[in-house]
Amino acid sequence: MALLEVRDLTVVFQRKGEEPFRAVDGVSFDVEPGQTVGLVGESGCGKSVTSLAIMGLLPKRGAKITGTVSYDGTDLLKLSDREMRDRRGRDLGMVFQDPLSSLNPVVPIGLQVTEVLERHRGMPRKEAMIEAKDLLDKVGIPDPNRRLKEYPHQLSGGMRQRALIAIALACRPKLLIADEPTTALDVTIQAQILSLMKELVQDLGTALVMITHDLGVVAGLCDEVNVLYGGKVVEKAMRHKLFAEPRHPYTHGLLASIPRLDAAPGEKLTPIRGSVADNIPWTSACAFAPRCPNALDVCRAETPAEVEKLGRLLRCHNPVVPGTPAAEEVPV
Amino acid sequence: MSETLVSVQDMKVHFPIKRGVFMDRTVGYVYAVDGVDLEIKRGETYGLVGESGCGKSTLGRAMLRLNEPTAGKMVFDGQDFSALKGEELRKMRRRIQMVFQDPLSSLDPRQSVESILIEGLRAHDLDEGKESTSKRLRELLSAVGLPSTALRKYPHEFSGGQRQRIGIARALALNPDLIVADEPVSALDVSVQAQVVNLLEELQDQFGLTYLVIAHDLAVVKHISDRVGVMYLGGLVEEATAEDLYAEPLHPYTRALLSAIPVPDPVVEDRRERILLAGDLPSPANPPSGCRFHTRCPWRQASRCDTERPALRELKPGHKVACHYAEQIQSGEIQPHEVKPILVEEGDTLSPDIPLVGPASVTEALNP
Ligand SMILES: Nc1ncnc2c1ncn2[C@@H]1O[C@H](COP(=O)(O)OP(=O)(O)OP(=O)(O)O)[C@@H](O)[C@H]1O
Ligand SMILES: Nc1ncnc2c1ncn2[C@@H]1O[C@H](COP(=O)(O)OP(=O)(O)OP(=O)(O)O)[C@@H](O)[C@H]1O
Ligand code: SF4
Ligand code: SF4
Ligand SMILES: [Mg+2]
Ligand SMILES: [Mg+2]
Repeated sequence: MALLEVRDLTVVFQRKGEEPFRAVDGVSFDVEPGQTVGLVGESGCGKSVTSLAIMGLLPKRGAKITGTVSYDGTDLLKLSDREMRDRRGRDLGMVFQDPLSSLNPVVPIGLQVTEVLERHRGMPRKEAMIEAKDLLDKVGIPDPNRRLKEYPHQLSGGMRQRALIAIALACRPKLLIADEPTTALDVTIQAQILSLMKELVQDLGTALVMITHDLGVVAGLCDEVNVLYGGKVVEKAMRHKLFAEPRHPYTHGLLASIPRLDAAPGEKLTPIRGSVADNIPWTSACAFAPRCPNALDVCRAETPAEVEKLGRLLRCHNPVVPGTPAAEEVPV
Repeated sequence: MSETLVSVQDMKVHFPIKRGVFMDRTVGYVYAVDGVDLEIKRGETYGLVGESGCGKSTLGRAMLRLNEPTAGKMVFDGQDFSALKGEELRKMRRRIQMVFQDPLSSLDPRQSVESILIEGLRAHDLDEGKESTSKRLRELLSAVGLPSTALRKYPHEFSGGQRQRIGIARALALNPDLIVADEPVSALDVSVQAQVVNLLEELQDQFGLTYLVIAHDLAVVKHISDRVGVMYLGGLVEEATAEDLYAEPLHPYTRALLSAIPVPDPVVEDRRERILLAGDLPSPANPPSGCRFHTRCPWRQASRCDTERPALRELKPGHKVACHYAEQIQSGEIQPHEVKPILVEEGDTLSPDIPLVGPASVTEALNP
């Protein structure tokens, strides 16, 4: 049994006067201690809603959550708000994209760290202060003694993100969910934070769920990768397999459309046509069909099932055959 | 006709930091752009990269005179653009158009696409009667890959990628020579970015356009540009063809930047050696003395790096670098050493309870 087992997680938003909206649609994945699992996909595919659902942070009204999220054998979705709050401090840590909105602006950084230590690890204030300093040091914040007394707005974006990671680590969570932790940061700072997260997984055996839209980040960090499209996992594989031989037309299309730093000069990009606005409902079709170069008639008539083939999980009627060129030239 | 279309000479933009009850005291300056020289050749794409706040957008805007430069000038097609006034300035403006990061904030939501496009034409007396204008509009839309039915729609009815096409059509409408594109794809979904990148490339071939592309994404810039300039804290630190810059970065900052960019390939990622820079970007309101990169540079040498600002010099044909020790670093004579991160005070020159006047960057101001 894995540390975290997400099964058939589905989140339906009931918007007033509108059709119910399935933001997350039957997502399943496992995370083991010391393992990093990636959720990738473009804007709106349900990455953040998935993480919020796991952490019990979705609004109670308007969001219907089904499936199971079993952490160490307990279904988190069945816990009360109070029990969940306790878990969030103790076992589950989360790092968001925008650290400023998740740090308390009127409380000094030091106090925000020691609070967690006092509440969840029962440390006396004095000891907590020393531990807090160690934590800031560990995440690479220079001059931690002084930083402890400062407020979030006095730190740069990169330092705030580190402070947030320090707070998430304060309770030594077994599971850390990072939702676009570096998207708002510059690349040189991103490199620092990613190397820090790698160390954590290696040294502390933390289980990490990494959410990002950046396939480059995934390639360097994640053991297993889940590619999401329209709320469903469309391809799930170990990273080497996924990048060497993407079989889902969406994964394949994404990789062909991003410029690579190490590409040969003059190499052409092959975009995916249309945009997510063209998606059709999964109900009795493949949502990607309007944009898919491999689409067959069946793709608009039948929802592709998630099946294990080609050494991975794949949700597609007509997967990409390696070595074949993109099925068509996409008009610009 | 000279090969050079644009020549930027010692451009500086310093924003005053105001304090006091009436914001009437100038307590310092943000040295957003601090002495930049560059040339853009006819028909080429010049890419400007650098991290947030390094002054890319401000430089672009100063060139277009959307910000008045503190010093320096831009010569456009042999004429001193910075000195033009009135009718001459208006005429010249037509030849330089801008494409923004998020077209939604630069497109009037109450105007249909048709009226957005016609407005530009009218402003420059290019509206030559109903028939020819309507033909022109249809040509423009087809050039950017939108159906002519788009004319009667409003900006909010389009996806991000389509809106960027409208923004590009608006710029194209005036038959410009130069298009300055500030982060043209960074607000778009990954799957859509390539559509716009390819479109820009095709339009360049078709209309013989010259581009200045400003972006923080070095992979995009490398792909689209002929030559690339790397900025750090208001100055150019390196300039080379896209291939040379990638194959042989000479400036320590460029090396670190290139090594930090993730590549979507696990085999490459596992083998890569990263140059991790210590600490944060210093504030442009309080730039380090000497070489501005010295507080984070793993190759920094005693005294000279801290006191003397290196000039941009040509080390190899077409490859310029602003580093005192570029040769020795390249030959391996000088080896990198560990750098202790130095505290960067967000409020070094500023007291923490008074917010910095002005937005964190132009991008932030345009996309609140
Ligand atoms: N509270 C909510 N009520 C209604 N719809 C919501 C709510 N939160 C999210 N959604 C919708 O659910 C879908 C998935 O959103 P989500 O935030 O998970 O996307 P994402 O993959 O994280 O995208 P991004 O990369 O932009 O962060 C979106 O269409 C979004 O509009
Ligand atoms: N109107 C202004 N008033 C004061 N300071 C400004 C103004 N516009 C920009 N700045 C400052 O100038 C510096 C350079 O900003 P600029 O927007 O040019 O950076 P950039 O390289 O385009 O960054 P980004 O990648 O975030 O767009 C920043 O420190 C910014 O705070
Ligand atoms: S199921 Fe059909 S439309 Fe969907 S990705 Fe596969 S081939 Fe394309
Ligand atoms: S001049 Fe000195 S500090 Fe600046 S980049 Fe070169 S070696 Fe580094
Ligand atoms: Mg999100
Ligand atoms: Mg900018």
